[in-house]
Amino acid sequence: MTILPFFIIIPLAGAFLSALLGRRVKLFSDATAVLSCGALTLFSLNVVKLIGAHKFLAYNMGGWMPPLGLSLALDGLSSLILVAVNLVSLMAAVYAVSYMRIYTEKWKFFSLFLLMLAGMNGVVLSSDMFNLYVFLEVASISGYALVAFGTEPEDLEAAFKYAVMGSLASVFILLGIALLYGYTSTLNMADISVVLSSKPRGTLVGFVSVLFLAGFGLKAALVPFHAWLPDAHSSAPSPVSAVLSGVFIKTLGIYAMMRVFFNVLGISDKVLLILMVLGVLSMVAGALLAIIKNDIKRMFAYSSISQVGYIIFALGIGTPLALLGGLFHLFNHAMFKSLLFLDAGAIEYSTGKRSLEKLGGLSSKLKVTGFTSLIGSMSISGIPPLAGFWSKLIIIIAALQSGYFGFASIAVIVSIITLAYYTKFQTFAFYGKLDEAYSYIKEAALSMKVSMLALSLICIAGGLLLLPSMRPFLQSAADVLSNGSGYAGAFLGAVK
Amino acid sequence: MSLYFLCFILFCVGLYAVLRKRNIIKIIIGIGIIEYAVNLFIILLGYRLQGRAPILSGDQEVLNMVDPLPQAMVLTTIVVGLAVVVILTGLAIRIYEKYGTFDITKIRRLRG
Repeated sequence: MTILPFFIIIPLAGAFLSALLGRRVKLFSDATAVLSCGALTLFSLNVVKLIGAHKFLAYNMGGWMPPLGLSLALDGLSSLILVAVNLVSLMAAVYAVSYMRIYTEKWKFFSLFLLMLAGMNGVVLSSDMFNLYVFLEVASISGYALVAFGTEPEDLEAAFKYAVMGSLASVFILLGIALLYGYTSTLNMADISVVLSSKPRGTLVGFVSVLFLAGFGLKAALVPFHAWLPDAHSSAPSPVSAVLSGVFIKTLGIYAMMRVFFNVLGISDKVLLILMVLGVLSMVAGALLAIIKNDIKRMFAYSSISQVGYIIFALGIGTPLALLGGLFHLFNHAMFKSLLFLDAGAIEYSTGKRSLEKLGGLSSKLKVTGFTSLIGSMSISGIPPLAGFWSKLIIIIAALQSGYFGFASIAVIVSIITLAYYTKFQTFAFYGKLDEAYSYIKEAALSMKVSMLALSLICIAGGLLLLPSMRPFLQSAADVLSNGSGYAGAFLGAVK
Repeated sequence: MSLYFLCFILFCVGLYAVLRKRNIIKIIIGIGIIEYAVNLFIILLGYRLQGRAPILSGDQEVLNMVDPLPQAMVLTTIVVGLAVVVILTGLAIRIYEKYGTFDITKIRRLRG
């Protein structure tokens, strides 16, 4: 299917062009970024339609057949992530057109941004372990640079910390890939899965699992490995925080982990248990740390850890319903967390402050920001008709069905804590008395409003994805995971 | 076997530098050492004693050859490692401009 390479070609070409001409031609880089993200969003929606018809798409690069050649593969799971990645990137790019005016050298920003998008799309599409590593590094390295984009002392410190942790994670992943190559003599994911199923399950697979768990866990900021996330995500410029928290940790961490554990190595009960425990730990620790924070973006960053915990917990339960809930929560979290980070950026844009203690009564001045962040907060804390409620409900029902009553009640309690700190955010930032100093402030610029409103619309309508007519979008993704090593058969069938 | 063991020691030396050193330049060097240890490991995976280059030619049959794929992989990881070191060094220079020190215990404005 010839549409697949364009997911990587378009952002790479955009990054190159905006680096080449962005400095000379005014607004060139903005237009390139918005247009390429818009085209990619349309492509990814088109791909969802194709997946409905064909189930599995593959593209052999240069016409070489796998396992010798490289190929790009796309199934239900990748199409779900692709839609989330490209949609959030489009919104962040539209938002950045106005927001990045407060920084200099905007074209460098868009160039790095598109490079990061190319890396993320590549991770989602690659069907080869080493290819996955290379795209992961492309995305990570541009991520380090984007975190430091403001070049304030805090930004540099956060970026350095993130870069050290991130490159350690990549080294663990590379070591795992090398060991796997030594054991199976192939790098193609489907081929590895076939070879592993014909060999006895030695200790090496266990060791490789641990390496991947540490590597992808660091990228996904699961709790023992989470220390870099609050610094990096709160120091980055807001559109970058939205992409980092919304889709970056999910593609590089959770998606890669799901693909490797469920489809390549084959999931075992031990791994599921570890995932479940790590998920619950992240859920609780993230929520408890978020509630004591006064810096808005830092609070949201800890909240990301907590919500990623929900997704990993759902994956750890492992039943088809839980997988559906986990993937639905992944999609929803991409939408509302990026919305909240964009809102935090809008508050900072208007008032210049991020600390909750110094804000108050902004809802009378910042109407759109106030409304959209209310929607985002309600959705993330699980208020009924909004998207976040349904995904959390499915996860908790799935946990109860599998008999994990303790963990299910922890999930409910964490949801209440989430409601508590988002109420705190709403009360301190938007209600109460308006400070004299803020009587002159202006609402965010037009392009920022557009992207915030669009994301909040998705948050409101997100629950509709569970309707029978929209269901295949999520269901085909969950099927890929519950199908496990059936991935190899589907892949080999599609490349023929 | 002893080669693999030495490679593992090299990895641990790098990890020690990253975890224990306070100077950020030494941390960057540690990252570099870790990357080289992994590169060495990948090369060792494809190496064969007395092996020769895997070049196909019509008139002779190559029996004992080195696996070329890990070498191609290592070329890529060297480039990736270069990018990481460049960005870390760039950050270190900017950090030195802002904080006036390379000591990570003194570069602590972000807390909690």
